[in-house]
Amino acid sequence: MVESPIREPLILGHKTYRKVTDDLVRPILGPASWKWYVTTAFTALVMFAGFAAIAYTIWVGIGTWGLNKTVGWAFDITNFVFWIGIGHAGTLISAILLLFRQRWRMAINRAAEAMTIFAVICAGLFPIIHMGRPWLVFWFLPLPNTHGSLWVNFNSPLLWDVFAISTYFTISLLFWYTGLIPDLAMVRDRAKPGSFAHKAYSILSFGWTGSAKQWQRFEAVSLVLAGLSTPLVLSVHSIVSFDFATSILPGWHTTIFPPYFVAGAIFSGFGMVLTLMIITREVLSLKEYITIEHIDAMAKVTLATGMMVGFAYATEFFIAWYSGSYWERYIFLNRAFGPYWWSYWAMVSCNLFIPQVFWFKKLRRSPWFVFVISIFVNIGMWFERFVIIVTSLHRDFLASSWRMYTPTWVEVTIFVGTFGLFLTLYLLFARYLPVVAAAETKSILKTSGDQYAGLSWEAYQAKKREGSLAPALQPALDPDKPQS
Amino acid sequence: MAKYLIGLYDDEEKLLAAVETFNQAGVSIHEVCTPFPVHGLDQALHLRKSRLPDAAFVYGALGTLTAISMQVYMYTIDWPVNIGGKSHLPFGSFVPIIFELTVLFAGVLMFLSYLAVNRLYPGQKIRIYDPRQTDDAMVVAISDERNWDTARALFDKTHAIETKIVEL
Repeated sequence: MVESPIREPLILGHKTYRKVTDDLVRPILGPASWKWYVTTAFTALVMFAGFAAIAYTIWVGIGTWGLNKTVGWAFDITNFVFWIGIGHAGTLISAILLLFRQRWRMAINRAAEAMTIFAVICAGLFPIIHMGRPWLVFWFLPLPNTHGSLWVNFNSPLLWDVFAISTYFTISLLFWYTGLIPDLAMVRDRAKPGSFAHKAYSILSFGWTGSAKQWQRFEAVSLVLAGLSTPLVLSVHSIVSFDFATSILPGWHTTIFPPYFVAGAIFSGFGMVLTLMIITREVLSLKEYITIEHIDAMAKVTLATGMMVGFAYATEFFIAWYSGSYWERYIFLNRAFGPYWWSYWAMVSCNLFIPQVFWFKKLRRSPWFVFVISIFVNIGMWFERFVIIVTSLHRDFLASSWRMYTPTWVEVTIFVGTFGLFLTLYLLFARYLPVVAAAETKSILKTSGDQYAGLSWEAYQAKKREGSLAPALQPALDPDKPQS
Repeated sequence: MAKYLIGLYDDEEKLLAAVETFNQAGVSIHEVCTPFPVHGLDQALHLRKSRLPDAAFVYGALGTLTAISMQVYMYTIDWPVNIGGKSHLPFGSFVPIIFELTVLFAGVLMFLSYLAVNRLYPGQKIRIYDPRQTDDAMVVAISDERNWDTARALFDKTHAIETKIVEL
């Protein structure tokens, strides 16, 4: 790979390898602030409230939810798709951006992958609890059974979903942990020998030493896992969209669903990554690693995917009109102007209109402004799923069975509880694991550190002629020398 | 307990130059440990290309075969359920699970192979030459005591920041 000398620095603050280690190990081995304990206690409380609501649902039954005979599937599946969508940014950032050699991914991939895993855990709860009899969850699996071995239905997208989500979770977890092992070894070697931290990180780091052979295999595995994850991340949300698209319900039965869902998933994932990373860089003093440049790049992805989603909204309307199907046309008019009009316009505003501010460079580069917009993205993408599910269901083919759907406190508590679960896991992650991939950051320091990068081509050539380029920098910067 | 002469470097370019020098002098290097992947180090040390990607292909193929045979056995052979007269061998419906199991098998088995060939597991003894090898220094370790004198001179020549004998 030949490096261009004209590039924006991705790591600020004139970092050395030692400084990178210190900056990332300090929050782990140092004492946590009282704010961390208070925040974690609060999110854990919210999580337990959610668990209590789940227990209540299981004890009393699905009747505690606001479902009725027309809307038999609402809040639970909305939340499921919402969380799965959020779980898409991590793998996109680490896998697809790795294959495209986008270096800015390195500051955020670790945290984004962690978010992926936590979001998939939250998502996975919903299909299990909405079964009503979660102790029969193993019926999802193709296991021999006493019903003469009546197997699962391989024609059903719901079953494909079981395989897709469990594969996605497993591969994301392995990808994440592969990258973590060297960094855990880094933490291990900074901890006081004999201390509890040293013992714990010794177990977690699997005895990593960083030998040339280990790194060679590490790179081979990372590349293959990235190659496997790239089609995987696209397949997962495509399969989630099949849950709807293969039905015959107007509003669901559209061929646009797979790409539309994938774009929406990336959009919502980036929304959540922006929300959490802007806080993380502030709290853990990582502004020199997660720079304005990173926020700018993520805002651009958000803008692009937001417009893809907006384009899909328009396409759906056009096709509904063009299809000539009376039911199809009615469902879409009902979406925009029916009793749930507010949810439709909340979705369009948050996902299409509001992100348009990211056309302005100045706004993309002001973190707190981006933070506010990212919250809108999160809200908008939740509404997107609500709109797709509830507005398509609540007025079905027979006018006498039209019903409205309102969630009960049980459903709302479960949903809020998953936020508690997600944030508690994230806070534990930010406290005990390196939030930025240390080894990867060190490997790009010579090409992306601010003391090395950012020289223009002319400045670089002039310095080289004068011989005033520090000798250590020369090989790293020399574009004539091919780098593997 | 084996003894090693180690030299520490603070820069990957110096390290690569040093490995080249050692190679030319015919001093065999036992191991090089670095805090991050150094590009070109595997070629400099003449490491054989990793066969893990090839293994991943085999694992993936195994997943594909598992998924096909599982679905065909359950859905077509063992109990063909009549669902509205639909085909008992709906290959299109089998594709998503074939894909997912291919990825699952390739990923999981390759990860396990990676841990196995690197001897990485919880409870593995920590064998590091110097704590700085996971921080900011690259370690070159020489095991053969007959080469130590030559190696010391070469470490000095190639600007090693520190040279010492360690036991592990």
